[in-house]
Amino acid sequence: MAIGLEHYLILAAILFSIGLYGALAKRNAIVILMSIEIMLIAVSITMVAFSRYIVPLLLTGQVFAIFIMVVAAAEAAVGLAIIIAIYRSRETVDATRIDLMKW
Amino acid sequence: MTGLDIAFGVLAIVGIAAALAVVLLRDVFRAALSLILCFLSVAGIYVTLSADFLAAVQVLIYVGAISVLIILAIMLTRDVQRGSPSGRLRVPAFIVAILFLGVVSFTLINTPWQISGLAPLEPTTAALASRLFGEGGFILAIEIAAVLLLAAILGAIVLVREK
Repeated sequence: MAIGLEHYLILAAILFSIGLYGALAKRNAIVILMSIEIMLIAVSITMVAFSRYIVPLLLTGQVFAIFIMVVAAAEAAVGLAIIIAIYRSRETVDATRIDLMKW
Repeated sequence: MTGLDIAFGVLAIVGIAAALAVVLLRDVFRAALSLILCFLSVAGIYVTLSADFLAAVQVLIYVGAISVLIILAIMLTRDVQRGSPSGRLRVPAFIVAILFLGVVSFTLINTPWQISGLAPLEPTTAALASRLFGEGGFILAIEIAAVLLLAAILGAIVLVREK
């Protein structure tokens, strides 16, 4: 059995589902951010796999993966800065207790 | 079974196990360490997809920079002893994730992909550069990405600065 496109896509789907579960179920804001990183990485795997198997000479998917990486780096920096700022003012990173904007 | 298949299997199992450890471990610091392992195995997956430049960048940015950022944030928010408990939404979140996985797997197994039989381009670094910066490339997107990174750095500094 040769490894094909479907195997990579299923791997990416499993990783995305794990990240989705973590982002929805966890209470620690840092763990939620880590789960979002896993989801972004799963999407990158999908892009690179499509690029490898459907347009192997154009590299379009790898360009997408590079831009996903840029956005993930920016998101991680700003997200962790927000978490640290919230921790400074409210002494918690528990996402269920950060409910300032909840009505 | 070629070497590539075995490498893919090992990397996929390690990556999925590490990702599961991220969401299941109670110790936040250990979760961050297994997140690094997950990033590394994804870099290996990129190698099996013959995306050598992306694999190197993955190791540099994710394993090198983002993981350090996450560990720094864990150290600064001393909630480590509290761990990362699951919220009240654990069971619905599990159901949503499983449903999502089922729907996506069903769709992508039943889709007739137009797989090209050509061998992939290798090495990719020079080809990727001419794809990004060459004729009909992504110059505007790259400029926007640079501005986005600058804005993110400034925003992070403003947010974390002591008042």
